[in-house]
Amino acid sequence: MNRDDKVPQYKLTVVQYCLLAVLLVLGYGMWRLQVLHSETFESLAERNRVREVPILAPRGKILDREGRIIVDNYPSFSVLLLRDQKRDLNADAALISQGLGLSPEEIRSRIRKAALGHAPESQPIVLKDDITPNDLAFIEAHKVELPEIETIMVHRRLYPKNGFAAHLIGYVGEVSEDMLNQPQYELYEPGMIVGKSGVEKSYNDLLMGKDGQRRVEVDSRGRELRHLSDSPAVAGQPLKLTIDLDIQIAAEQAIGDKPGAIVAMDPHTGEILAMVSRPTFDPNAFAVRVSRQEWSRLVSDPGKPLLNKAIQAQLAPGSVFKIIMSLAGLQEGVAQSMNVHCAGGAVFYGRRFACWVKSGHGAVDVTKAIYQSCDVFFYTLAEKLGIGKIAKYADELGLGHKTGIDLNDEASGLMPSEEWKIKNFKQKWFAGETISVGIGQGAVTVTPVQLTRAISGIAMGGLLETPHVVMMDDLQNPDLKKAALEHKRETRVELDPKNWETITDAMARVTLPEGTAPSAHLQNIDLTGKTGSAQTMSNALAQKLGHSHTVGDNGWFVGFAPRRNPDIVVGVLFESGDHGYLAARLAAQVIKAYVDKQRRHELEIRKAEAGDDGPAPTLATIQDKYSPPPKQGSQPQKVAAAASGDIAQNRGSDFDFTGVWHEDAGDEHQLGSGSFTLPKGPPARPAKAAPGMQ
Amino acid sequence: MAKNISFRDFDWVLLALCLVICALGTAQIYSATINAPKFAEAHLHIKQMYWVGAGLALMFLISIVNYEVLLDNAPWFYLAAILSLMSVLVLGRKVLGARRWIALPGGVHFQPSEWVKLILVLAIARFFMELRHRELSLGELAKAGLIILVPFALVMKQPDMGTALTYLPPLFMGLFLGGMKLKHALVMVLLVGMAAPIAYRHIKPYQRQRLTSFMHPEEDSQGSGYQVEQAKIAVGAGGIWGRGLTKGSQTQGSFIPEPHNDFIMAAFAEEHGFVGAVVLLLLYFLVLMRLIHNAQTASDGAGTFVVMGIVAVLAFHVLINVGMVVGFMPVTGIPLPLMSYGGSSVLFMFLALGIVNNIRMRRFVN
Repeated sequence: MNRDDKVPQYKLTVVQYCLLAVLLVLGYGMWRLQVLHSETFESLAERNRVREVPILAPRGKILDREGRIIVDNYPSFSVLLLRDQKRDLNADAALISQGLGLSPEEIRSRIRKAALGHAPESQPIVLKDDITPNDLAFIEAHKVELPEIETIMVHRRLYPKNGFAAHLIGYVGEVSEDMLNQPQYELYEPGMIVGKSGVEKSYNDLLMGKDGQRRVEVDSRGRELRHLSDSPAVAGQPLKLTIDLDIQIAAEQAIGDKPGAIVAMDPHTGEILAMVSRPTFDPNAFAVRVSRQEWSRLVSDPGKPLLNKAIQAQLAPGSVFKIIMSLAGLQEGVAQSMNVHCAGGAVFYGRRFACWVKSGHGAVDVTKAIYQSCDVFFYTLAEKLGIGKIAKYADELGLGHKTGIDLNDEASGLMPSEEWKIKNFKQKWFAGETISVGIGQGAVTVTPVQLTRAISGIAMGGLLETPHVVMMDDLQNPDLKKAALEHKRETRVELDPKNWETITDAMARVTLPEGTAPSAHLQNIDLTGKTGSAQTMSNALAQKLGHSHTVGDNGWFVGFAPRRNPDIVVGVLFESGDHGYLAARLAAQVIKAYVDKQRRHELEIRKAEAGDDGPAPTLATIQDKYSPPPKQGSQPQKVAAAASGDIAQNRGSDFDFTGVWHEDAGDEHQLGSGSFTLPKGPPARPAKAAPGMQ
Repeated sequence: MAKNISFRDFDWVLLALCLVICALGTAQIYSATINAPKFAEAHLHIKQMYWVGAGLALMFLISIVNYEVLLDNAPWFYLAAILSLMSVLVLGRKVLGARRWIALPGGVHFQPSEWVKLILVLAIARFFMELRHRELSLGELAKAGLIILVPFALVMKQPDMGTALTYLPPLFMGLFLGGMKLKHALVMVLLVGMAAPIAYRHIKPYQRQRLTSFMHPEEDSQGSGYQVEQAKIAVGAGGIWGRGLTKGSQTQGSFIPEPHNDFIMAAFAEEHGFVGAVVLLLLYFLVLMRLIHNAQTASDGAGTFVVMGIVAVLAFHVLINVGMVVGFMPVTGIPLPLMSYGGSSVLFMFLALGIVNNIRMRRFVN
């Protein structure tokens, strides 16, 4: 046995060096991870550890000019799928789909879509919006099996029912791929809810608020170990509109289901008091997620319910344009002395142009031409002025230009001119075209808001304001306010006071028995305006396009009260309304609602001042700036007890624009409901407390 | 051969170094299990202290018995080892798809494959001790290989590739010290290189998975690639100074698999940082150097062989385990000696220490 033989020492030394090398390699391994790349691994560990769940900020409420809520929020829950969990999401899809009533394919496709969209893993996917209590119960019961499922409280928009002011308010939706590619949305992230139209869009930045975050520490199974920190959500700012709910309601009621638009504006400031477009849509359908069927129905509807006709419909103004013609004619010194004999038509440039009254108007001056809307007078005037001068005045009044209203996608309309024709058609302007333009036909197109503003400019003696729907002074954001005030610009059109009087006095007679819209006459209100009816297309063209019946003309009316320096201007477009007087009746309702509101307020004050002495004036007898001026040399007007009945009755019932959601879900599924109803008439003043009642 | 032994000659320095590592390990087991719902009630750190206590007793006990007696009986031990491994395959309790443990009365689970390491160290020492010449013939080489191959195959059958691999280092150490020819060594390296692809095809799917995910961890972020990735994150997140005991989020959030056992180094590195990891590696290095010192001072070649066999086993464990945690080695599932939780592992280490001291205390004989 060589049991006592020693092992050579050098071999042990070799082993020692080998071991040293091994430990140096291991030490290097530690150095590599812990010193060289420790920051990378620290952030990876942090991502493992910390789960960030968004806290969504509620959007700001939308209020009317008196602070009454038009758009509110309601709480609802959404299901989120967290993708940063080390779980096989596709494998869990079956259980999730069963519990939430979704198909597993749908869940898998959403996961795939999110993975393809390069969204960061920490960003959860929304699986289902506006869940039911049953869904919520399922999620609570499966917290352990499905740690990747989380619920989140979402504030959803509650819009007025029945499409009330829908075009003005707009709606919200998930920010689209296209929007994200635009520079103004570069700070937005996929999944954010943004305004898609109306003020929801144009004031999105203000309304949107800032989402917060709840940070919790989780373990490898997604169990929450510790609550780390919250960055609270900053709610969006409330937005105060210039809209007066009372006037808006009157406008909504006036137009009913008729296609068209109504715009009511305070011409002193450009504040829009009401804006209605028909047909309308229900923005609540968009509040959660618009269904495919609903969307295709809205998009394919020939009535274009998503179009805000008040700012987007571009149509021939018809006879309303005659007011602009009158301004041009009077300012140019041509119309004053004009006396035209109307025999139901006249020949210009070898072609006969008919007057709408076949039998003719007889002898016509500018005043009669306005209230009787004599076409022959304005054909003649147009011939005398020429397209250049007409275009100049129309241009000054803003036709052919966007008004600059604070809503997106406004249309500009078109005011033709010789230059325009050459530029766009490479053709010379035909003098005959000028004749058509003289009565607001031909190539002239306007939007209702544009026409309303142009007429308001004349009614105001030449002052034109930029229309706007948001109270500029109430804007909370100083930058936005500054920008808004800079944007709002008043322009002045030269208007001789004498011409101003001539035009407005003539317009005041439109609703008198001798005018074109006597049926729109309002008792004790100096309703001033101009009717119009314009062909939408020639009947030949209509047949070519396959319309079985001839398309009715569009009715127009732009009215205001009082006749000079009015407090309200209302523009009405009644599509296929044939006659302007039908549109005038709608405008009359809105103006009456406005004047009555002012008068009720006035009466309250007077009653408080005067005490119980003497007979108190009523809405029908009160004399104020809205009353028609007493006729010279005639009997004082007899006061009719029954003032335009049909209009007055409309105010009889409360207008209810209740916002209710889950209408079809049954009582136990209803997460909540809210409604807001305007009280009838003026707010009741508190009754004097009887002694001893304190 | 009556010899006077004295505990004054006991290697107290070595024992102290080992106990320091044990203390660090126990603290880390405490930290790794305190917040894990699976182990919160198990008090594994207390149990680990009991195991260390038992190990100390066993160590002193075996240091009294003359190692020459152990060597003389090595063939019997070897026979017992083979039998116990066979009995595991027959009687063993199946845990996670592998038969590794035998349930003993009193609720203790015995893992024979750990003890076999020590017996193989003795068997190899005995084999080389009986060889007369300095250069190994091919036949002797084959015999030495066969000694290891039988238990190796039995453990592979359990299957437990990690433990089976730990049987190889004593053989290689023996061959190196026993005078293997360079020519033979080169041929062997070549053969292993050629056999590797064939072996790859015959290992269990999960083992293959581990190897693949070691090569491409990013392709398998859910399975064993996930384990390695999480261990690396833990180590890296520890930084230079560490995040503090019970403060490592990877350890406390159960992101590291088995943070008290095979991946205890990841947990330790996360909570004690680069500084802690280097101190621990240094401790292992000192233990190894101290062992080699004892091998040098052994009274005979047999003692050297035994101690160096233990050095080989220990170094291999450290290399594989720490290498796995820093991403240099595939996941093999072998514990870090003295750190990882587990009775069999602790007892093996202290028995080994006992034998080393046994040899040390008899170094002045002859």
